[in-house]
Amino acid sequence: MASSEHQPGPRELLLANAADTDLTKLGEYERVGGYDALRKAVTTPPADLLDQCLASGLRGRGGAGFPMGRKASFLPKPDQTEKPIYLAVNADESEPGTFKDREIMFRIPHAVIEGVVIASFAIGAKSSFIYLRGEYLAEFEILRDALEEARARGLVGANILGTGFDLSIVLHRGAGAYICGEETGLLESLEGKRGQPRSKPPFPAIEGLYGAPTLINNVETLATLPTILRMGGEEYAQLGVENSAGTRLFSLSGNVVNGGNYELELGTPLRTLIYELGGGIADGRQLKAVIPGGSSVPVLTADEIDTALDFDSMAAAGSMLGSGAVIAIDDRCCMVQLGLRVAQFYQHESCGKCTPCREGTRWMVQLLRKIEDGDATQGELDLLLNVCDRILGNCLCPLGDAAAMPIASYVAKFRDEFQQHIEEGGCPFGGASSLEGVLAPIDQHHHDVLKTIGVPA
Amino acid sequence: MTSTTLYDGIQALAAQYPVRRSAVIPALQLAQEQHGWLPPEAFREVADALELTPAYCRSVASFYDMFRLEPVGRCVIEVCTNISCALVGAQAVLEALESEIGIAAGETSDDGAFTLRTVECAGGCGWGTVVAVNGRYRERVSASDVPTIVGELRGQ
Repeated sequence: MASSEHQPGPRELLLANAADTDLTKLGEYERVGGYDALRKAVTTPPADLLDQCLASGLRGRGGAGFPMGRKASFLPKPDQTEKPIYLAVNADESEPGTFKDREIMFRIPHAVIEGVVIASFAIGAKSSFIYLRGEYLAEFEILRDALEEARARGLVGANILGTGFDLSIVLHRGAGAYICGEETGLLESLEGKRGQPRSKPPFPAIEGLYGAPTLINNVETLATLPTILRMGGEEYAQLGVENSAGTRLFSLSGNVVNGGNYELELGTPLRTLIYELGGGIADGRQLKAVIPGGSSVPVLTADEIDTALDFDSMAAAGSMLGSGAVIAIDDRCCMVQLGLRVAQFYQHESCGKCTPCREGTRWMVQLLRKIEDGDATQGELDLLLNVCDRILGNCLCPLGDAAAMPIASYVAKFRDEFQQHIEEGGCPFGGASSLEGVLAPIDQHHHDVLKTIGVPA
Repeated sequence: MTSTTLYDGIQALAAQYPVRRSAVIPALQLAQEQHGWLPPEAFREVADALELTPAYCRSVASFYDMFRLEPVGRCVIEVCTNISCALVGAQAVLEALESEIGIAAGETSDDGAFTLRTVECAGGCGWGTVVAVNGRYRERVSASDVPTIVGELRGQ
């Protein structure tokens, strides 16, 4: 582990060389050491590769943060199962605020492919599927072309690098559904069904795609494997802080001067990301709140931004690192409107399978709208929290929790603002909030055309 | 593309998977490219090619936001109004598009030129507002860019 004097900060490992070289081209990628890790991996016993993953301390970069090496260790070895073993790549990035896998795919597609081949070799998979978010059209084209180049060079396909190892990689496009980023929803969708999550157990490591053992990893997690093998697992584990090894891409958005993706060592303070790299709050405004890990995580207040961006520090602050999506919110934003917009997203994306999520998200939206409009009673604010409570832990997948946790946190940390809406019978921002009147997709059909475009009656 | 080549296209997609049903979504995408949306005959064509029922194919399509169950305009404009884009002015961008084109979000113009709608997080949060035009992202769009964008699209 890293020593206590070590101050984590910006550090480019994954995106090294990507700023000044076109790494979408195979030749350029190889010139900076690309596919060297794969060349080494295919002559290494698979068990040693898994040991490197474990030793590196790499935790999943998709949102749940589960140790990658341990997840892979749950799969049976090829000689322990009659079934094929599959690798499914979760490239269905859709957590609001998150756009880092997209940048990885359009800047370093070959690092993704190299990671996929290494992981497949390590677990004994001969088929892997990249489940790519349907909206990511440009990224589809880049990955498709990179795969063709890699196949032509013998890095993917039959008899990879002359070792006798065969691997097919299918690039599979989704069609617009947040829930397919949940691993079992992803598998259902990949099997040609509605993307409704499965109950677990059985876990995908035992019964995944087509009922066969399946490892599911996020794009960034897999793209990190070549770096880990180049450095060695133990060396990689020196980066970052305890329980949070390595670097990660953080997606910074909202009311900041310089939004974008920044690669940081885990343990870097949130303040460094927002103020040093992000240039601070735009338009000379004051920071009011920060969503540190995508829209599904509990909010932090402006005075909590010295919290470090690592798993344990975020947990201690009552939030989560999630997908690494940091959304800065300035003092123009009404927290009830923020809650409403977040709840509308989860209502829209609930797959409808579990009642608490399907019905609860709709109740949350209705109650938040009443509060925002100044029509809610004190009892209805209590009811909102009660609905959140009844969703938490009562659904097959985390989508319900993802809706309930942030909303409950907005009430907990900005209670006065919610209270003011009720007591004053309206929004204290008087129409001046930055989220005033935002049209969510779920409300599209109720939109008043005459009011918006001013057509005479 | 004729129906025969759609059929052949779907067979090529299905051959990539150990189980042919996995090709339902790619096949629906191919059919939608051909028809512009998914009319009843598209479900029959996909179902025939994959030995499924049209009702099954429709039930899958209705789960996913990118499948069009109604006809759309030649130019589909989608504005992300999730929180990161909304915080930096997505609603003003949407309203500028509504007034420039003369339709409300969720509608298609009478001449079939434009469909305008809002979408959930497009994944360009740090570069908002994100506007997708026929699936191609335009980033850092502000309300003042809208007349130029619409003018350019009308000229195409």
